[in-house]
Amino acid sequence: MIRRILAIARNTYRETVRDKILYNLILFALILIFSSIMLGQLTLGNEDKVMLDLGLSSISVFGMLIAIFIGIGLVYKELEKRTAYALLAKPVHRHELILGKYLGLLFTILVNLAIMTVGLELAMLYIGRIGLGGHLRVLPAVFVIFLSLALTTALALFFSTFSSPALSALFTFFLWIIGHFGRDLQSFGELTKSASVKWVCRILYYVIPNLTNFNIVDSRSVIQSSGYSMPIDPVAIAGSTIYAVLYCAAILSLSIAIFARRDFK
Amino acid sequence: MPVVEIENLTKDFSIGFWKKRPLRALENLCLEVHRGEIFGFLGPNGAGKSTTIKILMNLLHPTSGTARILGKPVNRVSMHQEIGYLPENPYFYDYLTPTELLTYMGRLFGLRGSELSRKVEALLDDVGLAEARNLQLRKFSKGMVQRVGVAQALINDPEIVFLDEPMSGLDPLGRMEVRRIITSLKARGVTVFFSSHVLPDVEALCDRIAILNKGKLQEAGALEDILKVRITGYEIILSRVKQEIPDEIRRSCDEVRSMEDRLHLRARDRAQMEALLEIALRHKLELISVNPVRPSLEEHFQSVVAGGQQGPAYTYAQKNATDSTDYH
Repeated sequence: MIRRILAIARNTYRETVRDKILYNLILFALILIFSSIMLGQLTLGNEDKVMLDLGLSSISVFGMLIAIFIGIGLVYKELEKRTAYALLAKPVHRHELILGKYLGLLFTILVNLAIMTVGLELAMLYIGRIGLGGHLRVLPAVFVIFLSLALTTALALFFSTFSSPALSALFTFFLWIIGHFGRDLQSFGELTKSASVKWVCRILYYVIPNLTNFNIVDSRSVIQSSGYSMPIDPVAIAGSTIYAVLYCAAILSLSIAIFARRDFK
Repeated sequence: MPVVEIENLTKDFSIGFWKKRPLRALENLCLEVHRGEIFGFLGPNGAGKSTTIKILMNLLHPTSGTARILGKPVNRVSMHQEIGYLPENPYFYDYLTPTELLTYMGRLFGLRGSELSRKVEALLDDVGLAEARNLQLRKFSKGMVQRVGVAQALINDPEIVFLDEPMSGLDPLGRMEVRRIITSLKARGVTVFFSSHVLPDVEALCDRIAILNKGKLQEAGALEDILKVRITGYEIILSRVKQEIPDEIRRSCDEVRSMEDRLHLRARDRAQMEALLEIALRHKLELISVNPVRPSLEEHFQSVVAGGQQGPAYTYAQKNATDSTDYH
């Protein structure tokens, strides 16, 4: 089973790296990262903070765009072009196809995150105000971004199992937006007097991915200067990792269940 | 044991948006395919041929009924280790080369390393694509894609191969190539199950056929027996008649043609044929041959599908066809 999943993942990776949209997105991300150096010049002494905030946000946003634009077509294209037919006539379980596609795109995202992180590290080197410790503390920041992207990819793939690319993109993007207001949703539910609204908010809070769980490492954790620091909490990172793994597992299970029941006409 | 057993297979699709209604694509199909034969699956567009093959490939879930391949239910994934499949109008990953595609497919069967490489090279040679092994599939013609499709269906040395419209869209050379491949598969003991619209090819290749129309089986059996069942007359050839053709002969047959040194007579049935032979003997005419006239598969197919013949209760054409003798 593992070998078949890895074979599918390898082919998915090969497919995604030959997709032109990927290179456009990486290029724009790198342009934004390097232009943050110039923007930082306007801030009179806060170049490192501005550059890091902009750089990490670019990695997050462009990573999200890669996850959505490629993820929404992962399964849809296999069915639309009927390449899945020859594949599923082999001794390949449907869940292996889903997992292989997911892992393949995850690896693509990992490689792209690595490229963008290298760009950010080079920008930080250029500024020269951040020590070795800061360079190393970028890695946990990128790791939690990767966790949120793993979750976004799972969502995009989930919608791809039953919906068109346009709708899948819309749903995934909206969930990504709403996911950043998870805590606000919870607070709203606590403040409201209506019992039914309380219940709805509570259900939505647990069902919709809570992406605020991944806002635990930012420029304050990297720079850690006096008056501007936030310690990196390994327990919080572990908690976010477990949350991402469990949520992805749940979404992928749902994707597999939907895909298993589908008729391929 | 048959390699394919289909029992009362039925498939309904739901159509409509708000108010779903069932569309029956297949109804109580019963079929068997024997080991080592080439089995032709015929029917007009929309008959249910691709639906049947997709159910066998576990791409569609049947509404009711069962199907087994090599004794295993079709929804058992491990069974796919022994079969090959070429979809209709195949499309493969166009960014891959044939070598990459076959290697990928081979890995799904657990093939690795030099064994896989050798197999890929041999298959590409077999299907005549050795020179294009490193060309991306997006640059391939339809015939070339079809050949790659056949190659990927054979990567695991299957016991049975399912080909859905393998001749579709091919030029005569491409069709010849696919015919050669199918014949060579049979020579290797591989069972071939294929659906086609190209009836002359089916007639040339198949041992047994089934005809499907509107989701129902119309007829199934050995090609020879199916066509033999419908003898439409007899052709009698006599040697050159030096004198005037006897009036008795003209009166006794449906058609008389004089060609060079031969006289061709057409009798509508056995009784008329025997009467003509008796007349020929009395007039001391030399008999060259007597042959039953059978419709071509295309003519038979048209008569079955156009509503002339409803599917009989039997699954197989009856083997006790009434006439078989050739007088030479």
